Amino acid sequence: MGKRPPKYSAGALIKHGLTRGDWPRMWRRPEMRSSYDVVIIGGGLHGLATAYYLAENHGITNVAVVDKGYIGGGGSGRNTAIVRSNYLTPEGVAFYDRGLDLYNSMATDLNLNVMFSKRGHLTLAHTDSALRTMHWRAEVNKLQGINSSVIGPEEVKEAAPSLDISPDTRYPILGALHHPPGGIVRHDAVVWGYARGADVHDVHILQETEVLDIMVEGGSGPGGKGAGGKVTGVKTSRGDISAPIVVNCTAGWASLISNMAGVPLPITTHPLQAAVTEPCKVFLPTVVVSGSLHVYVSQTDRGELVFGASVDPVGTYRVNGTLEFTEELAGHVLELMPGISKMRLLRQWSGLCDMTPDYSPVMGNTPVEGYLVDVGWGTYGFKAGPVAGETMAETIATGRNADLIAAFGIERFTEGDLVGEKGAAAVGH
Amino acid sequence: MIIVPCPNCGPRNSGDLRPAGEVVPRPDPSTCSLSEWREYLYMRHNPADWVTETWYCRGGCRRYFTIERNTATNEIRGQEAS
Ligand SMILES: Cc1cc2nc3c(=O)[nH]c(=O)nc-3n(C[C@H](O)[C@H](O)[C@H](O)COP(=O)(O)OP(=O)(O)OC[C@H]3O[C@@H](n4cnc5c(N)ncnc54)[C@H](O)[C@@H]3O)c2cc1C
Ligand SMILES: [Zn+2]
Repeated sequence: MGKRPPKYSAGALIKHGLTRGDWPRMWRRPEMRSSYDVVIIGGGLHGLATAYYLAENHGITNVAVVDKGYIGGGGSGRNTAIVRSNYLTPEGVAFYDRGLDLYNSMATDLNLNVMFSKRGHLTLAHTDSALRTMHWRAEVNKLQGINSSVIGPEEVKEAAPSLDISPDTRYPILGALHHPPGGIVRHDAVVWGYARGADVHDVHILQETEVLDIMVEGGSGPGGKGAGGKVTGVKTSRGDISAPIVVNCTAGWASLISNMAGVPLPITTHPLQAAVTEPCKVFLPTVVVSGSLHVYVSQTDRGELVFGASVDPVGTYRVNGTLEFTEELAGHVLELMPGISKMRLLRQWSGLCDMTPDYSPVMGNTPVEGYLVDVGWGTYGFKAGPVAGETMAETIATGRNADLIAAFGIERFTEGDLVGEKGAAAVGH
Repeated sequence: MIIVPCPNCGPRNSGDLRPAGEVVPRPDPSTCSLSEWREYLYMRHNPADWVTETWYCRGGCRRYFTIERNTATNEIRGQEAS
């Protein structure tokens, strides 16, 4: 369907190189209107993908995506870009697998090279109980047609020769969950691709526009907010916008925004840190995750090693890096790959993660009419961005939660129907 | 690094303790409804502001206490044994 943005081609590259002409803007800076059909708060991957699919799949284009900073300035520009679908629950597997499908066709769909490198994903098991979880995951995965299996130490060595598989280490590698369709993607390109795709449909991307309040009337809480109420618009740092539908796609800031509508969330905000080394010759052909050692690593096409870990234990909105993280990370990485002890870290950074009790997202309609959430993305929301956008757009267009996200509704926390993904998402994002 | 003042052990690196999260009033389990109980279990204010929170002095005296911390700046004020 829909309009296609102009293609980047070798011809265009030569032409611009020779003429030194300006490249066309990938998205514009439109004047804010006083009303929209849909206002999406948060210009990360989730907000932009939702806007794109609203326009592309449902013809809804009178839409604004508002961000207090710049697009991709949150988790979407800070993540370690791992995509995979080998989750633990049938609901999770079906959802993330659709996400992987969208990544597979993304470069063509968005007319932009997002550098998806399908290099496989290894989750190491160092204990019997970890191995048991891997078998469990593999069986759930296979039942749903996902390429996922448990392999032994020898095969692990084949897939990633730099790993130390000797049995006399502190955390011997007993096996691994192997997931060949997983890989890494250029995360910025994904954000820009959806922004450009939405802009082609005249969706307004409003950067440096902070949402200060959500206007709700008729609710049972203070100020007419909360359950039973109805959304009428948002107040922003650049003026009020009236809108019958407001969507919260603000990840680490989700609670602050949701409290504005009087809808409490089961979320706490924690920083997640990552680090990258200087580039070196490519030696690591796959993504490696170790839950017991709280670390994962992949090598970019440029040769840098990208490391991540689990979230910082202390909840906070401050995103500064800590020495504890670097120290622990270095120690654990060297347990796995003693050979890289001479490598130097180039930099480390941190981003905010919206953690839920069951490591699954909170999506869809809420007790406030017209206020929808696409939050609780924790440390795993990059791979989910496209499918979250697609299902949220469907939910907005039809008024009812899309089938793929039916299990992720906010009511599961009052009904006690949690979707436990901790075993598949706590360290390997 | 966050330095957390334990009422018994004095200032400690936060890594020596375990954060137990914001203080949420516990409803009476024998009279509250199931949904009130689950709200207590799962729902959090999670403000970017001052919060009263519980810490467990894991590596020291093993007692629980509360502090007030500003989650936007990590500044800490006041502490109380609980
Ligand atoms: C270090 C790190 C590594 C990660 N690794 C992976 C990985 O390997 N794989 C994976 O799948 N996931 C990973 N994640 C998680 C993933 O990055 C996030 O879940 C995902 O990016 C969330 O996207 P989003 O669009 O929902 O939110 P974000 O990209 O965080 O965007 C939220 C936006 O909301 C805006 N906002 C906030 N408040 C307001 C306001 N009041 N008004 C207007 N705008 C506002 C912010 O400016 C921000 O741009 C990682 C995260 C981090 C931090
Ligand atoms: Zn103590």
